[in-house]
Amino acid sequence: MTTLTYTRKDFQSDQEVKWCPGCGDFTILASVQNLFAEIGLPREKFVIVSGIGCSSRFPYYMDTYGMHGIHGRAPAIATGIAITRPDLSVWVMTGDGDALSIGGNHIIHAMRRNVNINVVVFNNQIYGLTKGQYSPTSEEGKITKSSPWGSIDHPFNPVSLALGAEASYVARSIDMDRELTERVLREAYEHRGASFIEIYQNCNVFNNHAFLELTGKDTRDQNRINLVHGEPIVFGPEGENAVIMENGAAKVVPTASVDPSQIIVHDEFAVNPSVAFSLSRLSHGPHGPTPVGVFRNAERTVYETVLQEQIDTVQKKKGVGDIETLVRSQGTWTVE
Amino acid sequence: MSNDTKTLKPIDHETEELDKVIVRFAGDSGDGMQLAGTRFTSDAALFGNDLATFPNYPAEIRAPAGTVAGVSSFQVQIADFDILTPGDEADVLVAMNPAALKAHAKDVKPGGMIVANADAFESRNLKKAGYETNPLEDGSLDGFRVFAVPMERLTKDAAEGTGVSGRDVLRSKNLFALGLLAWVFTRSIDPTIEWLEEKFASKPDVMAANIASLKGGYNYGENTAAFKHTIVVHKAALEPGEYTNVTGNTALAWGLIAAAQAAKLKLFYGSYPITPASDILHELAKRREFGVMTFQAEDEIAAAGATLGAAFAGNLAVTGTSGPGLALKSETISLAVSTELPMIIVDVQRAGPSTGLPTKVEQTDLLFAIYGRHGEAPLPVLAARSPADAYAVAIEAARIALKYMTPVILLSDNYIANGSEPWRLSDIEKLQDISVPFTTEPNADGHYLPYLRDDETLSRPWALPGTPGLEHRIGGLEKSAVVGNVSYDPSNHQLMTDVRAWKIRNIANDVPPVEVYGDKDADLLVLGWGSTYGPIRGAVKRVRKDGLKVAQAHMRYLNPFAANFGEVLMKYKTILVPEVNSGQLRHLLRSEYLVPAIGLNQVTGFPFKVSVVERKIREVLA
Repeated sequence: MTTLTYTRKDFQSDQEVKWCPGCGDFTILASVQNLFAEIGLPREKFVIVSGIGCSSRFPYYMDTYGMHGIHGRAPAIATGIAITRPDLSVWVMTGDGDALSIGGNHIIHAMRRNVNINVVVFNNQIYGLTKGQYSPTSEEGKITKSSPWGSIDHPFNPVSLALGAEASYVARSIDMDRELTERVLREAYEHRGASFIEIYQNCNVFNNHAFLELTGKDTRDQNRINLVHGEPIVFGPEGENAVIMENGAAKVVPTASVDPSQIIVHDEFAVNPSVAFSLSRLSHGPHGPTPVGVFRNAERTVYETVLQEQIDTVQKKKGVGDIETLVRSQGTWTVE
Repeated sequence: MSNDTKTLKPIDHETEELDKVIVRFAGDSGDGMQLAGTRFTSDAALFGNDLATFPNYPAEIRAPAGTVAGVSSFQVQIADFDILTPGDEADVLVAMNPAALKAHAKDVKPGGMIVANADAFESRNLKKAGYETNPLEDGSLDGFRVFAVPMERLTKDAAEGTGVSGRDVLRSKNLFALGLLAWVFTRSIDPTIEWLEEKFASKPDVMAANIASLKGGYNYGENTAAFKHTIVVHKAALEPGEYTNVTGNTALAWGLIAAAQAAKLKLFYGSYPITPASDILHELAKRREFGVMTFQAEDEIAAAGATLGAAFAGNLAVTGTSGPGLALKSETISLAVSTELPMIIVDVQRAGPSTGLPTKVEQTDLLFAIYGRHGEAPLPVLAARSPADAYAVAIEAARIALKYMTPVILLSDNYIANGSEPWRLSDIEKLQDISVPFTTEPNADGHYLPYLRDDETLSRPWALPGTPGLEHRIGGLEKSAVVGNVSYDPSNHQLMTDVRAWKIRNIANDVPPVEVYGDKDADLLVLGWGSTYGPIRGAVKRVRKDGLKVAQAHMRYLNPFAANFGEVLMKYKTILVPEVNSGQLRHLLRSEYLVPAIGLNQVTGFPFKVSVVERKIREVLA
């Protein structure tokens, strides 16, 4: 087999990209195309499935196999592909409304089953395609067209939700941080089982600067907590803040105020997701210090692997099924 | 198992020979009546009778004990000739408690036999069933031959020493009743003993108690003078061949497995449990040796979505449900119409609207199957007419789905799903190759155009993910004809809408013509679809025996209708359409063919009785 040498261009379809100028989706598209070229898997092995929303136009812009599905149902469609075709790399490109509102049920069940799919949630905390209603990740009190007096809905924290559903790979990135995005996308690709990646994505038309606290020059260093496996969790321009566990919850404290042994050493491979969950509770929104990077990267039984094992075991035990035998399996009689 | 019946002991009693008998087992939902009925049926099948069954049970798993609402029943007709239905009124009723008697005595033929579990006829149960006095004693059943048997006491006596004691023993009383009936019908109890030995291999005490009760019932019949005569129903003079007894859900599941083999594809079945379709999932989940991939989804929508994904990935993709689930799958089915992917949606109809009567029968999803989608989303609709027919219809649904790259709805119903009939295995046609080639090479100057259609079928090519060089995107947005890119062009949408409709309409030329049974030159055509086949054919046979001229046609293809359908309709002065709905096929006939069809309609949750259809035919011809 010849070595596959792709460039980003090989993954660009001939369709005009129709997102609003300045949309965070462009950066994510570039990151994905770049990464897929680097991975070196034959292009025809990638399948991208989406639902409805701005992010869900994604498959049309990728020169791979793809299906633009219906609102919220991409994880279900992707499940049918992944279960029956373990040879494919199946991706779900979705948004906060598609994945967590109308598709909330499918997301949690895909995660708990640990089907080998990679779900990338473009979280812009607003409904873009329907022109500016609050989403299930919008902050309480948000003024939008459908909440002129402020949103009454309490938002989901997507990473907490994924960990609660026992997703085996969970990470968070930011659209502008292509390096981190490509790294977690690659890890999701390599991970066998369900991966969940939340990407904070700026909607410059309906919800501009939603993530400014993490991306703005003046604030990002104070607020961005980089999760690094095996390292104590400290952050701030001078490393002046640290994260410890106190009464079963993660808490930000001045680094100087605690003994270094109290600082959480990040373990993304921990089988128990409890500490990862605590870390995900540090911020909501995001407001204030917010962890980014890999929350969890655990090994867990993959659905389609066991399904295939069951088929192999039964066929070994009973032999490959024969329809003539099957229709006689409940007893027969003969009329002369 | 074999059909050898061991030689029975000589019968001292008088023997009555009958050509057919209708037996109904009725009791509390916990009394094991479905099991008693099923075993009675299996034994009759292995003996060689023709038969048809009708299980009828409440939706509640354990409705209040002793009440009429909690009664579960199983009717079977056995005959020595070719029969089509489980029959109307019962010749023999087994009533395990007063409520069962209350609910079913009215359906026993005058002079019929009632075998009652006398122990259950005490004041509390009588009161619950609404009896003021004991009907076994007050003379109200004088028109019947009543046998009051203390089944509970006798079951306890029979099971003594087996290790099962107390109230648990009473769980075997259905087998006592079965043993007694086996004696009445001069049947061997050996096949049921074998079955019990296998089923309870890991619970020897339960096995022993059940076998003892079964034998106890049989011996009670033989040793007491209570029953003056036994009944013999000879083997049916069915067409020679090998037979098995099969329910509609099982036959349908097997048909899907066969279809996958004929199509050289793997079978994927995505489903969410729902009455009365769940048994299809159960049957297929067992069949890993055929490589069947079953997926119990989180909901009906996900079941449809995963199935569509499996279709895109290149499987024979099937989802199964009942009416409420079909509603939830509707949006996904529209996407399947738009993406033109082959999938089968099985709808085992039940009585609606909403939860309705989930364990009862209706044919009320016909218009929903044909029209129940947003936008214009035509697709083929097929219906099975009997339990065994479900096998062939499943294969035919797959053939059409694959050849025309379209979702297909296959209608069954609760009567077909849980009813059973003998199935002549030699009637199974040798599997035809229904496989379609996947596209593996570019189809237009080095490019792959996903909507470049076949000239004859108008179907689009099927290129699977993983095929080098054919990468493409499909989805719910309107596609440009041929190229398949997103298109908002007005004339393109008109064209694509028209093509989707033509493609489905064109299937009319690829299905067998409608065949007419009976008197082709009659004035009256009785037209049906689905599970009304048995009652209609039974009624038509009866009136023709009396010299009345009647023609009958039964539709497997409901969308599109076979090409000759209009021509057939025009030949008859009167068209009668019996349906277990308020007139849905009739509505289609009147609107599509402008014929003044008349209806016979019933939505009681029960199938037609032959006598009801017969009466209507006579009335129309009078």
